[in-house]
Amino acid sequence: MKNWVRSQAMALLEALLRLLARPFSTFLSALVIGIALTLPALGYVVLDELSGLAKGVSGKPEISVFLKREINTQQALTLQAKLQQDPRVASIKFVSREEALKQLSETGGFADVVGSLEENPLPDAFLVEPAEAAPQYFEALKAHFLGLQEVAHVQLDSAWVKRLHAIIDLGRRGVLMLGALLGAALMIIIFNTIRLQILTQRHEIAVSLLVGATRAYVRRPFVYFGFLQGLVGGCVAWGLVAMFMALISPKIVSLAQTYSIVFELHGLQWWHVAALLGFAGVLGWLGASLSVRRHLEERSSR
Amino acid sequence: MIQFDQVTKRYPGGHEALSDVSFEIKHGELVILAGHSGAGKSTLLKLIAALERPTQGSVWVSGQNVGNLKASQVPYLRRSLGLVMQDHRLLMDRSAFENVLLPLQVAGLGAQEAARRAHAALEKVGLAAHEGSMPITLSGGEQQRVAIARAIVNRPSILIADEPTAHLDPAYAREIAALFRSFHAAGVTVLLATHDETLFSPYGARRLELVQGSMKA
Repeated sequence: MKNWVRSQAMALLEALLRLLARPFSTFLSALVIGIALTLPALGYVVLDELSGLAKGVSGKPEISVFLKREINTQQALTLQAKLQQDPRVASIKFVSREEALKQLSETGGFADVVGSLEENPLPDAFLVEPAEAAPQYFEALKAHFLGLQEVAHVQLDSAWVKRLHAIIDLGRRGVLMLGALLGAALMIIIFNTIRLQILTQRHEIAVSLLVGATRAYVRRPFVYFGFLQGLVGGCVAWGLVAMFMALISPKIVSLAQTYSIVFELHGLQWWHVAALLGFAGVLGWLGASLSVRRHLEERSSR
Repeated sequence: MIQFDQVTKRYPGGHEALSDVSFEIKHGELVILAGHSGAGKSTLLKLIAALERPTQGSVWVSGQNVGNLKASQVPYLRRSLGLVMQDHRLLMDRSAFENVLLPLQVAGLGAQEAARRAHAALEKVGLAAHEGSMPITLSGGEQQRVAIARAIVNRPSILIADEPTAHLDPAYAREIAALFRSFHAAGVTVLLATHDETLFSPYGARRLELVQGSMKA
């Protein structure tokens, strides 16, 4: 066990030294890998933000439940208490007709219209936040509310939510395919880098095998090298994605404002970074591993 | 210790390097493998270290059938052997000390213990003063001694050398021969391929001779 840890540490150190011994080529490879990863990573983060948007301003979409006009406030509050018990309802907010009118009059352009009204045409309403955001869930809740005798009308922008979900779903698939393609490219880059390295160290490998090195021993420094190279490339991608996000975030927010959407961008989260670095590292590992295995097979079949 | 049982080695293309070779070397023997160049001496040694596999027959080393050894077991066989190849196979970008250290690093030995043994091996071959030298700055005889130090640093029970005194002037060659003699005296089984057998005959070595791939009776 102690031996194993020591040999891993030695191999890691060896790989690190090899990376540092050729800073320029390390930098170039990292740049290539980083650029290749930036596109899918950026796509992923943007989609994550969009699905945040799909969940609405308050985090989740809301259903507006309009009550019949003959229902008085007391009855409405009783109903609210009843609906609160439903596990499918995350929260329920009562909006009285007076409050609704006040809100309407505060909305740009409607003040004159509201002022000209003789009486308040608006009903009492609930704003219901469902426990889950899936579109099918909405439909079920809508049907449930419509079945209540106090309820006149239920409104949910289901079509909009559905469309957005569909777009995000499509986007996710696109990003996944892009990620797979560029991930394969990354592996090929590392495969080739390691192949060149093996060629320059052919003699060393031969002598090591002659004096009793196991294949794992020969493989280890190269595999660590691939892992580290992938990781460094992942860091470059991280930097690029962060830079792009910083550049486009203000644009997105101001664009959202023109649609009266309060859209909060969360930026890069730690799990985005962890996924990115993990992906890059593992692919580097795989590419290097395949490369050394191939070389050792070729050698032993000679 | 080492046993060849009707071993034939044919290379791709049909050249038969060894034909139906059988012999046995017992523990603690000193054996000279004689023969002209091209007689199959190197092939025979390579079969022992699993650097080549026999086409027919079986090669036994310390009770293991080397021809059937799995790839994963080969490293452990090689660690039990001390190998000195014809071209000494030193790493030119590493010092003598680092070259000798390699088999121990490969075996995963601790740094301190490895360094201690590498020092001892270099001292044994009389190169203690040249530990830090790069192989290119050493003479042919000294390079050969580094290779020998590397072969014995693992304390193998079998030492195999392919033409260890080739290209050396007579004085150096005699020193190298005496070195192998001293390992033999310490209980190591020694097998040497050489065309310079007069060097070793004073030491009472057993003699095997290959003629065009066949063992001469």
